[in-house]
Order: sequence, then structure tokens, then C-alpha cells
Amino acid sequence: MPQRKEPGSVGLAKKKFFTFCDPPHEMDLEGGGRLGPVTLAYETYGRLNRDKTNALLILHALSGDSHAAGKYSADDRKPGWWDNTIGPGKAFDTDKFFVICSNVLGGCQGSTGPSSIHPATGKPYALSFPIITLNDMVHAQRRLIDHLGIERLFAVTGGSMGGMQALQWAVSYPDRVLASIPIATTAKHSPQQIAFNQVGRAAIMADPNFNDGDYYDREVPKDGLALARMVGHITYLSDDSMHEKFGRRLRGKKTLGYNFNLDFEVESYLRYKGDAFVSRFDANSYLYITKAIDYFDLSLPSGSLVKALEKVKSKFLVISFKSDWLYPPYQSKEIVKALMVNGVDITYCEIDSRYGHDAFLMDEGEMLKILRNFLENVASRHGIAVPATGS
Amino acid sequence: MPGTRIDYSVILGLVPPGAKVLDLGCGDGTLLAGLVQAKRVTGRGIEISEEGVRACIAKGLTVLQGDIDEGLRDYPDRSFDYVILNQTIQAVKKPDVVLSEMLRVGEKGVVGLPNFAFWRMRLYLLFNGRMPKTEFLPYEWYDTPNIHFCSVLDFEEYCRKKSVTVEKRIFLSTDRGGRVLKGVRPNLFAESAVYLLSRRQPAAAERTG
Repeated sequence: MPQRKEPGSVGLAKKKFFTFCDPPHEMDLEGGGRLGPVTLAYETYGRLNRDKTNALLILHALSGDSHAAGKYSADDRKPGWWDNTIGPGKAFDTDKFFVICSNVLGGCQGSTGPSSIHPATGKPYALSFPIITLNDMVHAQRRLIDHLGIERLFAVTGGSMGGMQALQWAVSYPDRVLASIPIATTAKHSPQQIAFNQVGRAAIMADPNFNDGDYYDREVPKDGLALARMVGHITYLSDDSMHEKFGRRLRGKKTLGYNFNLDFEVESYLRYKGDAFVSRFDANSYLYITKAIDYFDLSLPSGSLVKALEKVKSKFLVISFKSDWLYPPYQSKEIVKALMVNGVDITYCEIDSRYGHDAFLMDEGEMLKILRNFLENVASRHGIAVPATGS
Repeated sequence: MPGTRIDYSVILGLVPPGAKVLDLGCGDGTLLAGLVQAKRVTGRGIEISEEGVRACIAKGLTVLQGDIDEGLRDYPDRSFDYVILNQTIQAVKKPDVVLSEMLRVGEKGVVGLPNFAFWRMRLYLLFNGRMPKTEFLPYEWYDTPNIHFCSVLDFEEYCRKKSVTVEKRIFLSTDRGGRVLKGVRPNLFAESAVYLLSRRQPAAAERTG
């Protein structure tokens, strides 16, 4: 038995950039637009093995970025967004796998998005940025994977919007994905999900500072963006987890205020989450990415999900959470059924968690065990070599 | 294989190497893993409990968390060579539907069931006047997941009525660490039974009356 390292951190992370599709070779977008040059910000953890078969592509959710694990400096307060899952000895074991995470196209953490400079005007794109789709995001990632010299990804995985990309990868590039792990996600956005996204977009656009998206040299629409985040955050939690986390506890006071100041802990928590979000996220990116999610419907153009998944070759692990009311288990089951009919090697688990949609980001011991076991079994069955040690 | 349950080794003997197998109610995947290992079958499992599914994933099995009562309707006809329903039929809500579905999606069905007419059960009820409990059926009447018991005779009558062909029947006892019964009167002496079933062709059914 090889000695297992203590579960730990990937250490210091470094954001890297890859730029492609320089004019006149712009990227053709699903919505008809063209975009170039395109930059993707990405981070990698662990090492690629000699035959480049151990690459694990992590796909982030709406508000995520390329910083999935580790810290940028020793005194960084918070590690990457999936640090409990990625690292030596963890579920996505960086002793075994080469983990890649890139900021999506349209994002605001280093990848080309509405806040990037339009090369023709020298000013931020703002709303002149073309409409993008999840398909476009995945095509851009494929360019990055080409650039890294990887022919076939060992696995693609993510939760929520990340899960949609994991599905899209298996459909768009069936020969380039060995295993796909969509978590807490759907094959098409439901009217309820679209409705919540629209409330978020309406909040941003109703902000007096929105100025048709042209706000980069002035005050940003922070109230609208914070409100969008607050609404979003409610949908990520569950009734149970809100009871547990806040109850009806008062914040900073012993008695009710009988006014419109904040009384309850849940109120100040949402306010805090909203304000914190404004400091790291661009309102226009929020518009573009939520729109991309709303457009997501894997069953198009035929309308049949079974048909859409016909060419899939990767094996699948689909995970949902019982208390997730934003992406309820029935949506995962629809994916499972359509894959099953196509004879795909698919495993499905519905985890009995109380944390709602956010469960995939919490330290869910059961989910982590499932991910670890699944990946280890696929790796051993396909003879995926552990990268050589040493630098 | 020491420590292997007798019904597992019987089923292992029924399934040919390389077959495509679906195990309904596969539990922690012990039987399915055994089939994958010993017979190199392509194995799929359906299991209702999260705990069971996690155990199956740890064994490297392909398993879906789901309720077999909700149906196998999404599986195309004949998508498996063998569909196994071992020690599960007594716990499903609609055994009739599950049995007919398993013979639609599979060429052959393997059903393992406890025999409620086993002599110990009879004596237990006769002398104690209480619902029988055994090592394998240890539940109280009010908390048992087992809701559809039948005897060997009942099951065979069902097969006749529904034109299901019994290709093989193996009767088991848990005595002496588990053994196959060779003698007569299985409805009295078998503690459990394993059936290999197939869907009788309509023409053949007419000929044999």
C-alpha cells in the first residue's frame, strides 16, 4: 500500500492566461456574434502524467472563477472555491490528477467578458459584448485544453452551471471526455430557474447607476447587483438550512426594532453576501452569464434529450441533492433516463443533504467519498498513470 | 468462495460469462460485484437506498439510485441478457408489474425469494400464533419492508397463469451453512428458492396448453 499523504492544500495558486482567436480569426458564437481575441484565465494544480491522460477539468458555477483551490499568497484569507475537494489526498487528488479550472467566457475574473477592453474602441465592451451560450464557453475551454496538449480529459465536473458545462462537454466532444460528473444540475433551464435569473437581471437594470451597462468609469450598479445576489443566495439555501443557520435570531439587538432597519440575522447575512459580491463581480457579467444559463437546453434542436445524448461516449456519474429545490433531483433523473436509454454507463446518486443547492460546495463527506471512489475506479480500470514524482 | 451466501453462488452458476446483467435492488452490490469479477458480466444495478448506492460506487459498480416500483419503462425491450431480482420481490409494491417488466427488458429473469410455506414458518405460526420471524426475515409485522410473501407453490402458479416459463428451479436451505435441496416437497422443506425464468413464446404457449 502506498502511503497516503495527509489531506492538504495545493499550496500557492497562480493565475495563468491563454489568448486565442486573434482577429481576423475570431471565434464564431452560437448566437451569431464573433469574438476575438479571447483570453481565458485558468489555474492548474497537480501534474500532468507522461501520456497526458490524468487531466480533470473543473467547471465553475455562475459566480465562480478559475481560483478553485489553494491561496494566492500565504496570508490570503480564503482559499479557492472548491478547496475542500481539490488537493493532495482529497476527492480530486492532486497527487494523481492534473486539475484545471478556467474562468468562463463572459466572466470577470480574467477571462474575456463585458468588462474587457474592446480592441476596436479601446473601451470596455459593456453591452456591445456579444451574447454567449454555454456551448460557446465549452468551445473556448476546448481551445485551452488543445493548448495544454491534452487529447482526452480524464474527467469533466462541476455543480450547477458547471454541471451544465460537464454535460455540454460530453455532447460536444464525445471523444475527448472519459468521464463526466454533472452535479446538482439540469439538462435545460426550467421556467422557475429562468424566472429567478430574470429577477436578478431586472434588479441590475433597474439600478439608476446601470446606464445601459456603460458604468465602468463611474459608480457601478452595486445596489442592483447586490439585490440580484441576495435573491440568488436564497435559492441556493434550503428552508432547513436557513432554520439551522439563522432561525429567527436577531442581529446585534435583544428586542425587535419596530422599524425598517435590519432585525434578523438572515437579513444582515443576505445584505453582507450582496455587498461582498459587488466587490468581486461585474454586473454585466452577471447579465451575460445568467442569460447563457437560461438559454441552456441540451435537447435542442430536436427537442429530444435522448437524441441529443446519442453520441455521448463518456461514462457518467450524476449527483443530486434531495433538498435542492433550485435544481431538484427530478431534473437529474431526466438526464439519467436519457443517458440510460442510450446505453451509457451511468451511475446516479441522490444525496440526502439538508443544505439545498449549495450542498455541492459544502463539506459533504458523502459526496466527496462518492467522487473519490468513482474517480479511483475509473482511473484504475483505464490504467490512468499517476504522474511521476519530483519537480 | 468461503462465506458466500448460498443464493449468491447459485445465481453465479446461472449467469453465463460476459452476459449483460441488471440487478434490481442490488443492495451493497455484493452479488453484482461477484458477477463482474467471476463472470466478467457487464453489470448494472438499481438500488433505492443512498447507503447501498454509495457501497456499490465504492466497489466500482455502475448503479442507479431509484425505485424499481417506479418502473423499468425507460429501458428498451431486451436491453439485458439477465435481470436479477434476488430477495427483493417480497418488498416491492407491485410484484406483478416488476416481474413482467423484468422479462420485457431482459431475455431471462432470475428471481430469488423466501418460501413462506417453509416448515419452520408453518410451525412458528401454528404453535406461537405469531407472525413468523427468521434469521433472514427478522422484522416485526409493523416495521417490515416485506409486504408480499408467497410460497413456492404460489409463485409457480403465478408463472403458469402469466405464461412465464420456469427454465430452472433451485431450492435452498440455510442448514449447514447453506445447501441446495435435492429431495421432494420443496414447498415444505425449501427455505428459499431461485428461479430462472423466460417469457414463453405465444406459439409455444398454445402448444403446451
